[in-house]
Amino acid sequence: MKHFKLTTDDSQLSVRDIADNFDDLHPPLDGAQAIVEAGRCLYCYDAPCMNACPTRIDIPKFIHQIRSGNLDGSARTILSVNIMGGACARACPTEVLCEEVCVVQHTESAPVKIGELQRHAVDHLLAKGGAHPFVRAPLSGFKLAVIGAGPAGLSFAHRAAMLGYDVVVFEAKPKSGGLNEYGLAGYKMANDFAQAEIEFLLSIGGISIEHGKVLGDNLSLDGLRTAYDAVFIGAGLTAARGLGVDGEDLAGVSDALEFIENVREAVDKSNVPVGDDVVVIGGGNTAIDAAVQAKCLGARNVTLVYRRGPDAMTATQWEHDLATANGVVVRYWASPEAFKGSAKVEYAVFSAMRIVDGKLTPSGDSFELPADMVLKAIGQMLNSAIFDALKLEGGKIAVDAHYQTSLAGVFAGGDCVNSGEDLTVQAVEDGKQAAIAVDIMLHAKRKGAAE
Amino acid sequence: MSDLGCIIGGVESINPFWLASAPPSDKKYNVERAFRAGWGGAVWKTLGVDPPVVNVTSRYGVHRTQDRRIIGINNIELISDRPLGVNLREIEEMRREWPDRVIIGSIMAPMDEQAWKSLAIKVANSGVQGIELNLGCPHGMCERGMGSAVGQAPAFVEQTTRWVREVVDIPVFTKLTPNVTDIIVPAVAAKAGGAHAVSLINTVNSVIGIDLDSMTPMPTVDGRGTHGGYCGEAVKPIALHMTAEIARQPETQGLEISAIGGITTWRDAAEFIALGAGAVQVCTAAMLYGFRIVEDMNEGLAAFMRDKGYRSIADFKGKATAQTVDWNELNINHDLKARIDDEACIECGRCFIACEDTAHQAIRIDVNTDGGRKFIVIDDECVGCNLCMHVCPVKDCITMEAVDTDRPYLTWPEHPKNPLRKAAE
Repeated sequence: MKHFKLTTDDSQLSVRDIADNFDDLHPPLDGAQAIVEAGRCLYCYDAPCMNACPTRIDIPKFIHQIRSGNLDGSARTILSVNIMGGACARACPTEVLCEEVCVVQHTESAPVKIGELQRHAVDHLLAKGGAHPFVRAPLSGFKLAVIGAGPAGLSFAHRAAMLGYDVVVFEAKPKSGGLNEYGLAGYKMANDFAQAEIEFLLSIGGISIEHGKVLGDNLSLDGLRTAYDAVFIGAGLTAARGLGVDGEDLAGVSDALEFIENVREAVDKSNVPVGDDVVVIGGGNTAIDAAVQAKCLGARNVTLVYRRGPDAMTATQWEHDLATANGVVVRYWASPEAFKGSAKVEYAVFSAMRIVDGKLTPSGDSFELPADMVLKAIGQMLNSAIFDALKLEGGKIAVDAHYQTSLAGVFAGGDCVNSGEDLTVQAVEDGKQAAIAVDIMLHAKRKGAAE
Repeated sequence: MSDLGCIIGGVESINPFWLASAPPSDKKYNVERAFRAGWGGAVWKTLGVDPPVVNVTSRYGVHRTQDRRIIGINNIELISDRPLGVNLREIEEMRREWPDRVIIGSIMAPMDEQAWKSLAIKVANSGVQGIELNLGCPHGMCERGMGSAVGQAPAFVEQTTRWVREVVDIPVFTKLTPNVTDIIVPAVAAKAGGAHAVSLINTVNSVIGIDLDSMTPMPTVDGRGTHGGYCGEAVKPIALHMTAEIARQPETQGLEISAIGGITTWRDAAEFIALGAGAVQVCTAAMLYGFRIVEDMNEGLAAFMRDKGYRSIADFKGKATAQTVDWNELNINHDLKARIDDEACIECGRCFIACEDTAHQAIRIDVNTDGGRKFIVIDDECVGCNLCMHVCPVKDCITMEAVDTDRPYLTWPEHPKNPLRKAAE
């Protein structure tokens, strides 16, 4: 568990301290450590870890390849089913995926460090450079459009390029990567890894990305459907939820993702403004990322307030422990009632909560927390207004088993659909499977046209 | 208190652990450190006729498991490259300074009576308690007509043993090479020559590996390599077999054995003694970990003997020999079935894939309602081979249960399906 340098009563963080805090959360394994760690793997048959991975990476195989010294092959094994294996190795909550079910923890005290081994193999290949490990199939002549250059969109684009399609990706933001670039804690993606991985991904060829293309503004679904043979939507969840309480519009109250984006995009993190008394509202990994990064930037007091109890928190235990080990105070059973302050927020008022008849209900008590910065991490929603042509389901874009939306030839995946957890690794799987589905559809179309 | 003292070939030792004739016993400095650590004796690195040999660089290659643990060393070092006089003086000093420890002089010479005899006399005069004939080195020396070149010719084994017996009155150990088809043949020759004991095994001839960058065998000497002597844990099964054969075959039964071959712990030593060895010699384990490993060899062996009620090495020497038989004497009616403890099972699937791919398709997987896997032995298909038990990473999760077949002890020679079956009397 990493212990960051924290502001104390008698010392503040230096620029160097802050830069160190944003260095790798887990330092990479060196070659000897990787071989020892790989040696712990039992090489299970039909391994539980593999089945727990949304992209079904053949984990026993890639670990065996690390042991045998075939690092290129190991990376290929990973990347052949998960082209963003490097980001997933860093950002996946492995403690609730592959490592949760690793059977080694039943004979030893801890599971195999699958994530760190995966990173070892993928980093090796990326550092080695050279030719892209996958070859494109003969070009089909079809052209595909992708909305969103996040993990889902890029995974789709890569697989489609591999299957012989030319792909144009339209991205609203100035950089590609989606949440990998803008939405994860800096120490999880140190050394600009998101961009390095994208550069690698694009080196397969056949993919172009156009930035500053905003759906509903300078981009329309209809236009794309006309100009391209199929469209994939990997737009993510771009609308922030509101709390709907007094003072939400006060200066100093913002969305946690906005804060994380500021941190991520700052070259010198010490320039990112942070409060002295930071209150983070929410119970997911984004709330943890915001709270811990506030600490990393030097905030004296960071309190994460969650309206329910620990069991309901979606942040993993590991993330929770990372926060508390680094001085974040977690308060359960409290919901924000109002933010108060004159020019900017000065304190937050919370109602104590409890469960009455199975419903979360204010208990009648309330308390205040001093706050010069409030970060809301209460979840993201689909910007549904721009998808009015599509059937929605549970607030997300409805898709069939082949990732096709209610519009023929329009596919979707990642956080904007209900395929599984909102995780990078799920988005990568969605993009990959959707590309395969598009390939099958267009093959049939071509065959039909030929007959 | 168990007594680790033993007598081998007539030589008394305070414990059964001697350094084998090898690099660790090349000079006084090392042997002194070994004795201080607790070794009962040392077979001095092989002495030859002056002028001394000249060695090459490098000399050792290793065999590693995937997790980089060394299970074997291969060496291309020759016999002692120091003048005979220097070695003998140091031996004399050591004998004087360490009267309770054993020093055996290992010697090697070409097939020449005078050479063997004069060398044996000189070495015996240094005060060693015994002479060991090195008839085993499979590299370098054999190209000069020594080492394994002698050990592989039974007549030479007998001859050299006899020559040395004729001129010294201390025990003679004939050290055998494993690089033969049947170890009984040279053992019989040593016995005929009058050996008080045989020492075995010397190193196994080997190429330890190829450097795939330079395309040279390892260890590499200026771009080329050669075969060398393989030793360490990996050769222990070969040494155990040869020890067992000498201990149990009528032609060699009773011939004393100083066992060598991959002994790394007290347990390894106990296994050799159980098969009939009177004492053991160690080299590789000391080379890998230092002389201190003898501490646990002594303590562990004593504890084992105490647990089992053995008061001396002689108490359990050869206790496993009678149970070591030819295949033809095994009971074909004996039947075992694998039993998997569901509580202990961690669901890795290793037993399943081992049996499914390479054995008898005797394990099936049932998926529980909770998604967990249950591994079930199909008794009708299980031949009791042990493979699943061995590959299972959980101790005692898979056990082999004897099935009561209610059938008598039946060997292949008596088996109805044997076309050459001996008719019942």
